[in-house]
Amino acid sequence: MTTTPLSARQIGRRRRNEALRRTWAEFRSHRSGLVGLVVLGGFILVALLAPVLADSDGLSVTRATGGVLEGPSAEFPLGTDDNGRSVLTLLIWGARISLFVGLLATAISMVIGTLVGLTSGFFEGWPGRILFRLTEWFLVIPFLPLALVLASVLGRSLLNIALVIGVASWPGTALLIRSQTLSIKERPYLDRARVLGAGRWHLMSRHVLPNVMPMVFANTTLTVAIAILTETTLSFLGLGDPTRVSWGSMLDDAFTVGAMTTGAWWFIVPPGVCVVLVVLSFTLVGQALEEVVNPRLRRR
Amino acid sequence: MSATLVAAGGSTPTLRRPSYAKYVGGRVLGALGSLAFVLVVNFFLFRVLPGDPARTLGRGRFRTEEQLEAFRATYGLDQPLPQQFLTFLKNTLTGDLGVSLRYRVPVSELILDRLWPTLLLVGTSTLLATIIGIYLGMVSAWNRGKTVDRVWTGSTLTLYSMPEWWLGLLLIATLAVGFGPVPGMFPTGGLHSVDADPGTFGYVLDTAWHLALPVTTLTLAYLADYALIMRSSLLDEIGEDYLVTARAKGLRDLQVRRRHAVPNALLPTTTLVAINLGFVVSGAITIETIFSIPGLGLLATEALSIPDYWVLQGVFLVASAAVILANLLANLLYGLLDPRVRT
Repeated sequence: MTTTPLSARQIGRRRRNEALRRTWAEFRSHRSGLVGLVVLGGFILVALLAPVLADSDGLSVTRATGGVLEGPSAEFPLGTDDNGRSVLTLLIWGARISLFVGLLATAISMVIGTLVGLTSGFFEGWPGRILFRLTEWFLVIPFLPLALVLASVLGRSLLNIALVIGVASWPGTALLIRSQTLSIKERPYLDRARVLGAGRWHLMSRHVLPNVMPMVFANTTLTVAIAILTETTLSFLGLGDPTRVSWGSMLDDAFTVGAMTTGAWWFIVPPGVCVVLVVLSFTLVGQALEEVVNPRLRRR
Repeated sequence: MSATLVAAGGSTPTLRRPSYAKYVGGRVLGALGSLAFVLVVNFFLFRVLPGDPARTLGRGRFRTEEQLEAFRATYGLDQPLPQQFLTFLKNTLTGDLGVSLRYRVPVSELILDRLWPTLLLVGTSTLLATIIGIYLGMVSAWNRGKTVDRVWTGSTLTLYSMPEWWLGLLLIATLAVGFGPVPGMFPTGGLHSVDADPGTFGYVLDTAWHLALPVTTLTLAYLADYALIMRSSLLDEIGEDYLVTARAKGLRDLQVRRRHAVPNALLPTTTLVAINLGFVVSGAITIETIFSIPGLGLLATEALSIPDYWVLQGVFLVASAAVILANLLANLLYGLLDPRVRT
């Protein structure tokens, strides 16, 4: 009689911690996912510490100190761009924009996708059917042309780019969440909850959503990868925010001044390598997470 | 749930799968619905989004109120929205996509003109990527966990994470311009040499020479998808019982793979290829831009800078229609190959 009974909240917290610990242990066994996580951590650190690592003055075209497209030197480890700015400085500050837009776009896409997927899976009858149809219709609209049209109509700003990517990429998530919701809905414990008098809202928010969440999370990581790739492509096509430097806009500059014909590799290679590293890391982490939450995939 | 009981021969009821014709009908209806939706989106994207369409479309080109009025009258923007929608529907269905603000020729002509380079580029790349991708996926799956698998899966994942146009830029810098000891061997862009004579064999060779780098770039970009999906669907099959049966019958491993596992694993890959075919325009946009190939993609990016809305709208329409058509094709093919999906 020495142990005091735990309150419901304490039990809940213990269970959650336990589950988190198990997930982490599972995740740690995926070497590629772990490598991805470390690389990502590095990039996020650089993005957060950008003001410390490189003076933001280095972004100003008028205050540039280097020559035009100068090769790597002690002063400019990665050379200079066509305005005489240090490519390394641009790269560090570009990490901020690229990651920020990628994450924001993913958040938008996830919110729309999860809401639509949950509702269309949970509510049978016409609301669900209409939402499902809508998702299918949106799915066939080609992503890049839609993004181009939207971006050109909405104008060029960071928020718009994120919005465009988010709006163009939610249907895939919605379908995934819908199928997951449909399978969870049939489980016996939901019937039990219903018999005990749980309402629709309670069922959805307390029973279905928490079970769909791990899947959403794994999918999010994969979506970030695509969002960053798209941001890079849209910026490369000149649809990014003209006042901010991102990896895509650097490559746009490099292409415009013909860096590949003049042999200025330091202006083309580093931004692309950064994109590949970040996208690959997100993909690896996402795949590892997918295998953790969906054991069926594990034998691959 | 849709398997129907049919009295066959008048006496014994047999279980029959829904007919293919019914399946086709359903899919075609679905595709028509998608097409209608795309038309609606197309209409609203360009007319209802923020601001006055006349001002957006004219982007500062009009200074006086009269000019604006004239512009509105020309494009029918002064009429009520439902009326505009009907006009838009009628025009689109009769193939009238408006007149390009830049080229001053009908958009439909422009699109037909630019369609062939895109089809040539994307068609060749898809064909190559499918063959190489499926082969790589098979090799990886047979050797799961071994070095070959690690190397191929690693490379395909890296390719998948790469903006395809960046790869193109690198290829231009090394193989077209020449870098260090590597001499420039290919043209940096375009579809033909200026002096090439159409209709001769030399012309074909010249085109192939110009397309070598862009096709390589797109092939590498596409094959990652196919290799990854082929690998995972083969791995899915490998655990199945029918393969054990086949082996128990005394078939050799090679036969089991070739005759039993691969055909089944090809199903998802076929669908992916068909669906990807629909994304011709999307894939071509950046590659045509960096290699300046006069196709639909380049048309779209050129239209962006004006911005030439009617061209953008036309390309968007063609791009969406292509995806819908490809999806339909994929579904019909899948229904034919795998009767289980005819529900």
